[in-house]
Amino acid sequence: MRKKTILGLGLPLLAIAVAAGGLLYRANDAARDRVADDRLKTADAAPPDAAAIQRGAYVAATADCAACHTAPGSAQAFAGGYPLKTPFGVLISSNITPDRETGIGDWTERDFFRAVRHGQSPHGPLYAAMPYNAYVKLTDQDMHDLWAYMRSQAPVHNHIVSNQLPFPFNIRLLNLGWNLLFFDNHPFQPKGEQSAEWNRGAYLVDGPGHCAACHTAKNPLGGDSSAYLQGGPLQGWYAPEIANNPHVGLGAWTVPEIAQYLKTGSNGRAVASGPMAEAVENSTQHLTDADLVAIATYLRTVPGSNTQAPGPLAADDARMRRGAQVYAVNCSACHEGRGQGVADMVTGFAGNPAVQSANPDSLVQTLLKGGRGAVTEANPTGAGMPAFGWKLNDADAAAVLTFIRNSWGNAAAPVTADQVAATRAALGAPAVVK
Amino acid sequence: MAQQRARVDAVIVGLGWAGSLMAEELTRAGLTVVALERGAWRDTTTDFPPAVDTDELRWSTRRGMLQPQAVETLTFRNRPDQGALPLRDWNCFQFGWNVGGAGTHWNGMTWRFKPYDFQPHTLTRRRYGDKKLADGLQVQDWGVSYDDLEPFYDRFERLAGTSGKAGNIQGQAQPGGNPFEGPRQRDYPLPPLQRTRACDLFDAGAAKLGLHSFPVPAGNTSGAYVNPLGVHMAPCTYCGYCEFFGCGNWSKSSPQACILPALKRRPNFSVLTQSEVLKVNLAADKKTATGVTFIDAAGRLWEQPADIVVISAYQMDNVRLMLLSGIGKPYDRASGTGVVGRNYAYQTISGASVFFEDEHLNPFIGAGALAQAVDDYNSDNFDHTHHDFIGGANMLIHSTNGRPIGMGGAVPPGTPRWGSDWKKAYRDSYQNSNSVYCQGTSYGHRDVYLDLDPTYTDRHGMPLLRVTFDWNENDARMAHFIADRAVEMGHAMGAKVVSRFEPTAKAFSPMDQLSSHTTGGAVMGADPTTSALNPYLQSWDVHNVFVAGASCFANNGGCNPTGTVAATTLWAAHAIKEQYLKNPGPLVKA
Repeated sequence: MRKKTILGLGLPLLAIAVAAGGLLYRANDAARDRVADDRLKTADAAPPDAAAIQRGAYVAATADCAACHTAPGSAQAFAGGYPLKTPFGVLISSNITPDRETGIGDWTERDFFRAVRHGQSPHGPLYAAMPYNAYVKLTDQDMHDLWAYMRSQAPVHNHIVSNQLPFPFNIRLLNLGWNLLFFDNHPFQPKGEQSAEWNRGAYLVDGPGHCAACHTAKNPLGGDSSAYLQGGPLQGWYAPEIANNPHVGLGAWTVPEIAQYLKTGSNGRAVASGPMAEAVENSTQHLTDADLVAIATYLRTVPGSNTQAPGPLAADDARMRRGAQVYAVNCSACHEGRGQGVADMVTGFAGNPAVQSANPDSLVQTLLKGGRGAVTEANPTGAGMPAFGWKLNDADAAAVLTFIRNSWGNAAAPVTADQVAATRAALGAPAVVK
Repeated sequence: MAQQRARVDAVIVGLGWAGSLMAEELTRAGLTVVALERGAWRDTTTDFPPAVDTDELRWSTRRGMLQPQAVETLTFRNRPDQGALPLRDWNCFQFGWNVGGAGTHWNGMTWRFKPYDFQPHTLTRRRYGDKKLADGLQVQDWGVSYDDLEPFYDRFERLAGTSGKAGNIQGQAQPGGNPFEGPRQRDYPLPPLQRTRACDLFDAGAAKLGLHSFPVPAGNTSGAYVNPLGVHMAPCTYCGYCEFFGCGNWSKSSPQACILPALKRRPNFSVLTQSEVLKVNLAADKKTATGVTFIDAAGRLWEQPADIVVISAYQMDNVRLMLLSGIGKPYDRASGTGVVGRNYAYQTISGASVFFEDEHLNPFIGAGALAQAVDDYNSDNFDHTHHDFIGGANMLIHSTNGRPIGMGGAVPPGTPRWGSDWKKAYRDSYQNSNSVYCQGTSYGHRDVYLDLDPTYTDRHGMPLLRVTFDWNENDARMAHFIADRAVEMGHAMGAKVVSRFEPTAKAFSPMDQLSSHTTGGAVMGADPTTSALNPYLQSWDVHNVFVAGASCFANNGGCNPTGTVAATTLWAAHAIKEQYLKNPGPLVKA
């Protein structure tokens, strides 16, 4: 009886286990990577294919590999050491130069493919901070070129201990389960009904560009939510919506405006700063004009959130009156009297969707700690926003942000002093000088 | 024993305007360039952000951005028969001490010199004959003409985002501009700054006197601007915190705002700050330099080998470094021979303080170079046949700032210097006072020169520079004439009190804050017996040493020097790129 019961319970469990195992297998199936060679090692001598290396350099730019795999301020490209702060703890980016001992010198091309596209490295499963859930879309050709480029890099001996997460997140095998839940293990599928340009844009956005890594909100386990490209919080910043909501997304931006922003770091109104400035500097400014137009063309078709503009606060609201005073004294010299900013140099507030995002984290952070505009070949200025954390108290900081979010045609929820206080504490920003 | 750095194509000593412009040109030509700057790195966002209230006491009164005398100073005397003493307090000489040099803390007046100013010897003799020059005067041509420099003035105005109004475009007079300027290829990149009440009063006075007023060309942006390097500047806010301050709004022309954002991206450029060059090292035959020796912030000695050495520090330091390094023959006053230290010049200042009644001049609305001027009495713009001097001065009214400490002395003559009467007078004067300020030409003189002090040394034990200067007869006569004109102007403007101002009537003191414009000592020219540099700013003696800055001026013009510092630097850079690199050696036969 007892045996039977166990059997009775066991069979469905077994069935579930088999089914789960099948799904687990499929989620972690890297059979597609078998197209890559499995004998030659990254560091082995081989005749260089100059054209492939050049194409690979471009793929590396589109994928922004340097952003994470080069330490801040380091001259040693791809030698790792960049601390990635995840909600689960800190990960240190790995050394991906062709050093045999501390880099990927002993990897074959197939090892490289499996790591980049499927998160399976010779050392075990990778964490999804490495955006293989986007890179899985990379074509075989791009992967091949990218490997050629990585092989052309100078080996750097730099030992990195990547995994500095606390228990239980330090157990790499958990990633297999994460893949089961959240890894969409499919190559890029062009849509026949769309233009080649649109498909190129979709490929760049979802594949190498891994835009969703920041611009799509995450669930509690770090998987993508369904609000695709509709904005997400990120290490104290808020990556705004880049889908088509006209109020807080790109709905009111034209294709040339989006392309210009990605090329130069600005489009006459918004100026990239914070993590997006890094993305522009390291990646998007290096893309061809055709690819930037393709990205913009695709983004303009992504369905936007249904965020509605609230009614703006009345100008005689006490917070608005105080905010106007703070603005006139502290902000107007650069951002100008009507929030228009200075084209391609100082962010304009009027009609700027990111300023009206429901989540004001980026505004609060920039006000308290300052920031710097993207520095690009096309626009090397890099004007800086000074820190005001030492100067403005929580109430005044909240008032001025509320003011810029509700003036000159803008409308957004007020920022509260409590929000500012919380961000000040979280960022370790200084208290007001008495 | 100095540690060795890797050889570079060019080392630049001093990263102010001249050094930045030279570095921009040479790196763009593909040369590897290291700049050595004895001051610290300074930039807008970190050092003078608009979040920080402009602090008059720190930056202006206490001169927070200048090189302190405790670090290095100079010794001064009026006449060769006197002993010189070191200056130990803030004085009229304003040594920059940071990346950007004096180009960070200047006001922004961006003049071109007049064609006459480059050829005063030839043109004076041609118009007035041989006997026009006072005894002892060393008037000489620069070996370069205004027309040679015009494209480089133009380039600088484009880089700097200069606001102004042309008076002469390719020979065509332009209404509202300066009718006495040399022909320009085109107008300024930005229109003139907004006008103030003081400008209107000055224009009315000028019209009454039949003079031709125009807006002073300003390195303060009248609007948003993008320069040829792709660097953006923001519109000036008219805060008036320019001189002695860094601009927090990216609105004042400066190496930080205009050049460095592009320059620092270039992989073939690097800068070492807090690195003071002690000497230029020469090869055994003294015909070429091998590099420079410098000392870093930790007191370590370094040698920077280089194929080209560009000396582009403060004007006086350029001369001192040449003297310390043995480049060129020092000027010897007794024999009248030698060239390094020769033809030092200052700016000849005179004018009139003016006090109006019931005006609202609102001096808190201003900019470093917001001024209205006339050039009718400048240079050789008027007939000197019946005058006993050459040269002249521009005359301007300046809406530069309304700083409460600095303006405290601007009260009518006879006012007590403190107490309730002073307060009452200051309250009234704040809205009613200004001055007709005249910046005059200055010419070299036998008894005016720079050399190494025989007594006093700096903290490294090296001799300080000794300045021997007093107003010469020609310049004093000119200033007297100009002060009369300024008084006329004050009355024509309707001032209630006009107080004549003629500092040239007594011996010069560097403790009088008349002007910071100090020039010459390593001048350019076509004659190696009277100039340290050939017309391409190349040392006559050491062909891979180029010396850029106001030290190259054979005489000072009747206006601010920065535009001409830039134009001569860019002219020399052009010669290095187009001629010297192809065939290193003297560009002109001595």
